[in-house]
Amino acid sequence: MRSDRIFNWILRGLALTVLLGFVLLVWFLWNEALPALRSAGLGFIWSTGWDPVSGDFGALPFLWGTLVSSILALMLSAPISIGAALFLTDIAPKSIRTPIAFLIEMLAAIPSVVYGIWGIFVLAPFVREHVHPLLNGWLGFTPFFEGPPFGLGMLTAAMVLAVMITPTITAVCREVFRSVPDLLREAATGIGATRWETIRLAVIRPSISGIFAAMILGLGRALGETMAVTMVIGNRPEISLSLFKPAATMASVIANEYAEAQGDSHLSALAAIGLVLLVVSSLVNFGARWIIERTESKTHV
Amino acid sequence: MQIKNFLKNTTSSLTPVLAVILMTTMPATVAKSETLINGAGATFPQPLYSRWFSDYRKIDKSVAINYQGVGSSGGIRQLLTGTVDFGASDEPMNAEESAKAKAPIHHIPMALGAVAISYNLPGNPALKLSPETIADLFLGKITKWNDAKIVATNPGLKLPDLAIMIAYRSDGSGTTAIMTEYLSVVSPAWKTKPGQGKSVQWPVGLGGKGNAGVAGMIKQNPGTLGYVELVYAVSNGLPVASIKNTAGQFVSPSISAVTAAAKTSSKAIIAADFKLSIVNSAGKDAYPISSMTWLLIPENMPANKSAPLTAFLKWAMSDEAQKTAESLHYAPLPKEVRIAALGRIGKLKFK
Repeated sequence: MRSDRIFNWILRGLALTVLLGFVLLVWFLWNEALPALRSAGLGFIWSTGWDPVSGDFGALPFLWGTLVSSILALMLSAPISIGAALFLTDIAPKSIRTPIAFLIEMLAAIPSVVYGIWGIFVLAPFVREHVHPLLNGWLGFTPFFEGPPFGLGMLTAAMVLAVMITPTITAVCREVFRSVPDLLREAATGIGATRWETIRLAVIRPSISGIFAAMILGLGRALGETMAVTMVIGNRPEISLSLFKPAATMASVIANEYAEAQGDSHLSALAAIGLVLLVVSSLVNFGARWIIERTESKTHV
Repeated sequence: MQIKNFLKNTTSSLTPVLAVILMTTMPATVAKSETLINGAGATFPQPLYSRWFSDYRKIDKSVAINYQGVGSSGGIRQLLTGTVDFGASDEPMNAEESAKAKAPIHHIPMALGAVAISYNLPGNPALKLSPETIADLFLGKITKWNDAKIVATNPGLKLPDLAIMIAYRSDGSGTTAIMTEYLSVVSPAWKTKPGQGKSVQWPVGLGGKGNAGVAGMIKQNPGTLGYVELVYAVSNGLPVASIKNTAGQFVSPSISAVTAAAKTSSKAIIAADFKLSIVNSAGKDAYPISSMTWLLIPENMPANKSAPLTAFLKWAMSDEAQKTAESLHYAPLPKEVRIAALGRIGKLKFK
């Protein structure tokens, strides 16, 4: 009994350590960011300038870069990931399911700097020579695909991110689909549903909230990704609708400028960017939780 | 109980013996133990410093100097908070930084570096650029390779009707500081905006991380022009432009042209207590985008560290050490500056 109590206290202590770490992190960021937030106020978030020389700092271009690249990555990755997970749980012959799942999960183990190098040397030339002529040629009149072919930019960054978050989304979706009782599938087949109807009614529909959770996990990873994005996004704090234009993200500007930041105002502005990133990630997570709870209460009959 | 008693007995009987052993070995271990000196700062001279510190260890085994390349600003921050014994920077400390120092901090020049302008053109011809053209390129005023201004300084070349893409360093760096300092010196327009600094708001172009990032962008995209450290450009065989200096000569970046830039400014360097920029230096052989790199030595360093570090600094001014620098593609300090620096090192006072 005594050992149980001790064990209990140890676990409480460990859990508290995690919490304390988070509190200390927020406190540190807040403290560092305070001077920048004081001088610029909430306008810091909506201001578009970023000029370390004159001391003019605004978060909007980085907020834009982070959100657009991550959401774009999610749009590219989600259909592929969900399809791959469905293939692995319902279509593929049993003998190849595990090896393919293993290969997809291997993608998650690759360090992000390796993705960055792959982005620079493989993906960027591919985008410049094949993707850009195609999209710019057909859709160049729209604001989304105009601009010269650099190879580096928002689209390339989103594509690298999409590859990076695919294993996360696929793995979670696979678990979700696997947890659907076979009874449901058999019942659907029993009443004469085709394979597509079975998957739609007996697998996807009960898994909606799970799929959503998987996508949010992927989005969370994309929002915070630093190294790979920095290497391919072009690092220009500008807001442009075109996917071929360079951009910059919150994580990338911190990684780029923190080490050599000159002066307290620059350091403080970078900490404030970190704070905004933390708030955005938290909002995404809380929002996702809220939506999942709502859809769960709706789908559970 | 038995163990406890045993320990008690043995330790009490051993005490005199231990005392004797300690007394005899202590002085010896103190003499043998090494003095550890920690430094941090600029990444640009890091390969040189690492080599120098390991070479110097062969000369004086009693001192170990550690160096971390955390960046010039990071080094200055660590020096000011007292986390390291000395700092290193590619730029003299500014007024804001100096004001925070608890004791005066001396700048001792170690070697020279330069920034090269590299490009990717069909056939990679040897390009000549004037300061005005360089400023206009980085300001985004020149957008095509066959612009009249580029053609004017390269009469023999057939320049293509190709769009120019500018590549810059996205990470804050001393290389950017020197490049933008040069641009501010030669162009009033650049000086008002964006100005000079380790991170600036570039009017045009794309940012790559590190020298390798910029070089990668140049190599992969025909029509790209950017700037990299001379050491990086030389060791990777990148095409580099000759730049017109104040004497009207086109000088290509090389170790001797960088040393020449410091040589013509040596009197001014010494007069300024070494805290001088050698950008756009006079002299017909001088490469204009050159710079010094310094070790930052605080006066409040404890004596057991200041003595060996002073000895190292003197050694770094020797022909032998400066030759090592040259073998790593760093430009050696001109003789005049080294002699003056030796005198300065001899006069360093520590509290």
